[in-house]
Amino acid sequence: MSAISALPPGTLLIAGALLLPLLRGAALKAWLLALPLLSFAHQLQAPEAGPPLQFFGLELVLLRADPLALAFGVVFHLAALIAALYALQLQDRMQHAAGLLYAGAAIAALFAGDLITLFIFWEFTALASVLLIWARRSERARHAGLRYLVVQVGSGVLLLAGAALHYRATGSLAFGALAPQSPGGALILLAFGVKAAFPLLHNWLQDAYPEATVTGTVFLSAFTTKLAIYALARGFAGTELLIPIGVTMTFFPIFYAVVENDMRRVLAYSLNNQLGYMVVGIGVGTPLALSGTVAHAFSHIIYKSLLFMAMGAVLLRVGRIGASQLGGLYRSMPWTTAFCIVGAVSISGLPLFSGFISKSLILSAAAEQHHTVAWAMLIIASAGVLKHSGIKIPYFAFFAHDSGLRVREAPLPMLIAMGAAATACLVIGVWPQLLYDILPHPVNYEPYTAAHVIGQLQLLLFAALAFALLLRFRIYPPELRATNLDTDWLYRRALPAAIRAAARAQRRLRAAAQTRAARLGHALIAWLRRHHTPPGLLGEPWSAGATALWAALLLAASLLLFYLRTAAAG
Amino acid sequence: MTHLPVLQIALPLIAAPLCVLLRHARAVQIFAVLVAWACLGIALALLGAALPGGAISYELGGWPAPLGIEYRVDLANAFVLVVVSALGAVVLPIGPGRRGHAVPPRREYLFYASFLLCMAGLMGVAITGDIFNVFVFLEISSLAAYTLIALGRQRQALRAAFSYLMMGTIGGTFVLIGIGFLYQMTGTLNMADLQRLLPAVQQSRSVHAAFAFLTVGIGIKLAVFPLHQWLPNAYSFAPPAVSAFLASTATKVAYYLLVRLAFGVFGTAYVFGALGLGALLLPLALLAMFVGALAAIYQSDLKRLLAYSSVSQIGYMILGLSFGTATGLTGGLVHIANHALTKGGLFLAVACIVAQTGSSALSDLRGLSRRMPWTFAAIAIGGLGLIGAPGTAGFVSKWYLVLAALSAGRPEVAFAVLLSSLLAGIYVWRVLEAAWFRDPVQSAPRGEAPLRILIPTWVLIGASLYFGVFTEWTAGIAEAAARQLLEGAP
Repeated sequence: MSAISALPPGTLLIAGALLLPLLRGAALKAWLLALPLLSFAHQLQAPEAGPPLQFFGLELVLLRADPLALAFGVVFHLAALIAALYALQLQDRMQHAAGLLYAGAAIAALFAGDLITLFIFWEFTALASVLLIWARRSERARHAGLRYLVVQVGSGVLLLAGAALHYRATGSLAFGALAPQSPGGALILLAFGVKAAFPLLHNWLQDAYPEATVTGTVFLSAFTTKLAIYALARGFAGTELLIPIGVTMTFFPIFYAVVENDMRRVLAYSLNNQLGYMVVGIGVGTPLALSGTVAHAFSHIIYKSLLFMAMGAVLLRVGRIGASQLGGLYRSMPWTTAFCIVGAVSISGLPLFSGFISKSLILSAAAEQHHTVAWAMLIIASAGVLKHSGIKIPYFAFFAHDSGLRVREAPLPMLIAMGAAATACLVIGVWPQLLYDILPHPVNYEPYTAAHVIGQLQLLLFAALAFALLLRFRIYPPELRATNLDTDWLYRRALPAAIRAAARAQRRLRAAAQTRAARLGHALIAWLRRHHTPPGLLGEPWSAGATALWAALLLAASLLLFYLRTAAAG
Repeated sequence: MTHLPVLQIALPLIAAPLCVLLRHARAVQIFAVLVAWACLGIALALLGAALPGGAISYELGGWPAPLGIEYRVDLANAFVLVVVSALGAVVLPIGPGRRGHAVPPRREYLFYASFLLCMAGLMGVAITGDIFNVFVFLEISSLAAYTLIALGRQRQALRAAFSYLMMGTIGGTFVLIGIGFLYQMTGTLNMADLQRLLPAVQQSRSVHAAFAFLTVGIGIKLAVFPLHQWLPNAYSFAPPAVSAFLASTATKVAYYLLVRLAFGVFGTAYVFGALGLGALLLPLALLAMFVGALAAIYQSDLKRLLAYSSVSQIGYMILGLSFGTATGLTGGLVHIANHALTKGGLFLAVACIVAQTGSSALSDLRGLSRRMPWTFAAIAIGGLGLIGAPGTAGFVSKWYLVLAALSAGRPEVAFAVLLSSLLAGIYVWRVLEAAWFRDPVQSAPRGEAPLRILIPTWVLIGASLYFGVFTEWTAGIAEAAARQLLEGAP
């Protein structure tokens, strides 16, 4: 037992995933559900710190269970359980294994006490998660997965390089607060930033998540980015730079989310926007803000996976997921519709649901520290969230015009998983103290004050009113393939035009560079192939005579070298 | 206990003709496997005795050293002995292949006899302290290896064995000429003696020539690029067990021999300072790393792919040697064990596939992972080891190599190591992609490979995972052995 408790939680999931090939039928399903529970039990009895491990003369701490890691551990386990339940009826063993390995690696990474251990599990999550994309087995998924893998592994390489520089500068590999000014710290911040989808580093997220399998996206949405949030919270709490970054993150995806047609891509953009709140919380860095970040990560993981699950169910039953191709599904999928609405109101921050009680913490913390501009921007962004996630997702999928689709309701395990997530959203929203109690810093905060509730309701109601008016006057046309709509004319006119022009210019430049590079690359690859495939010089064994000749040549070369060296020395 | 060094060699050497006398296929198999296990036991005991740091010297027939033949066990060769005998002990039980397929049952005893001879030869090269004895054992192991390769199921096996014989003989001749020069200059064949006498004559061109002949001769056995041409055919046409054993031991022993001569007998200062061997080996190592990996990418047969990957991995070991530093040598020595486990495991996994499908062409692997999940899990882990992913043994070796390159002030070489790992990623990916993401062909077999092959495969793959994390017995010993060699143990 003591040997197991010395290992970080999450390793049990990894080890358990290796047993999957042995199991079949009901035993397999039971095992898939039991593993997250077992692993959670493992976390509950984890000691505060495991024994240090000697590895190439470096001291590694595999297990460091402090409140921050434990809080993330709780929600990661919950997400793993819900996602496993959601994926239960799946016949694809590889996806089950990849999901477990991925969740296990992400959980183990939380408990890493040093940068090397963190790096190992960091890369492990990248490797395991890409399988969830490839498992869709389509050409698009294969390409998207490869791009995703390159970015994720690249982030790991940055992390390792940063860790090496940090080690050289400080002589310590411990993963604690890092200095963003030092070169090592800057590289590590960049590595975390890639994974947390900072603006301009974010494209992999919207690129890859919608291409993953129905169940894979649920896993993906929970772990990778939140692992990065955890790492930022531990390494860079209170770094002021993060506040403008976070605010930008809450803003720019809104625009894309509104014009995007693929519903799962809309969710990917809104995921990016939600991460922005957490990054702001880390940038503010007070105990209240950090607790808010953790709380928001917690509730976010649940309602975001709930939304991805609902859209996954639609994709599974309908076979497509474009907003313009859906509509009227509430008739055939009533339960999914209900759960989706719970997720949507949670993400919008409606009182009594989980988003409200966690987002409020961050907003209050920002206000307390007098980051007034950031606070105002976040409030405005909240209205945008309602627009693209809170209303657009359920409205276009389940209501809007009736597309005539009549499909079956989602399979039972999926419904149970969605129901569990929806219940969690509601429970946390009604009894916030349940969540506040597991936060790393004690929180004495009352979200349900009249000012909060009324302020939030005003915001939501007016945003909803705007949506209704637009719909009434048919400025919000859902039938278009690419719908470009928002209340704010500024977004609609100035920003899109500028972005489109910039995108065009960039596309032209990139196309020019790409054709040139591609031509060069093709020539190089053709040349390599010519010489390395069987009829080529290096691809096929030569005769014994050729080897004899080479041996003689090499002998001559070495004799000449030795002669010249010694003659020069003598 | 005192006679352990000679028993290590004498046991398989005597057991081989006994196999021929025994003849009965089943009895011979049991007997040979027991002998191989006993060899492993002896090698472990020797390693235990060598651990404190000294060298165990054994005088054959009681004749004292410079005249008589001396067996000399220190950390470096005890380590090699354990690797060779362990691989023999794990691989030998799977036998010459599917019954009646490669070797007719009534001739199976010849397989076991040749295998034991080959083991004896390889261990002899490692254990002996007499340079002419090295040549003798080198030839014993090579002749046995030619026979083993010729047992392959396809007709090309004969041609592969013959061309290996030609090239191997050229190498052997070069080694012999080198030894002749040394004997002419010093009048002794004992390595310790040579180390003492060489500094006096090391300015002479005969000694330079001796070292050049030895390096190139061993280079052929070691399959240094561009002398690697015998290897792809030999490994891909030999029976699976033979490929697994030779790929993981034969080139490693040649590598050990080169290390022993360069660091022990001739001396680091002379070889790397005066002669500048590093300048010759470094470009060859880099070429091997890239050419081997690129050729592997374009192969259409899994066995050939692995064979070319061996060319690339040998490049890493040469790279470690070429720095002439303790860290580099540690990387090279530890890669002996790590690559033996990884590549041995992979070739055994190929044996699993061949046993079920009769083919190792990549196009026949499509979708097979669903039918043979354990085999392909082993291939995935072994493949990660070839790439050098953290957590596998391959990572440990590459770590030391990158460290050595950086501390030698060659960051571009470290970068090249990482870049060639990327190429390894591509050829490993080709295999996994075919097996995991394609739909199975109609004729695909229904089940997993027999446990007889699957268990040895997982023993090696499991060990490669274990030694990827707990490095005390691999990197720890390699580090101590490298230090011992650099301090001038003969």
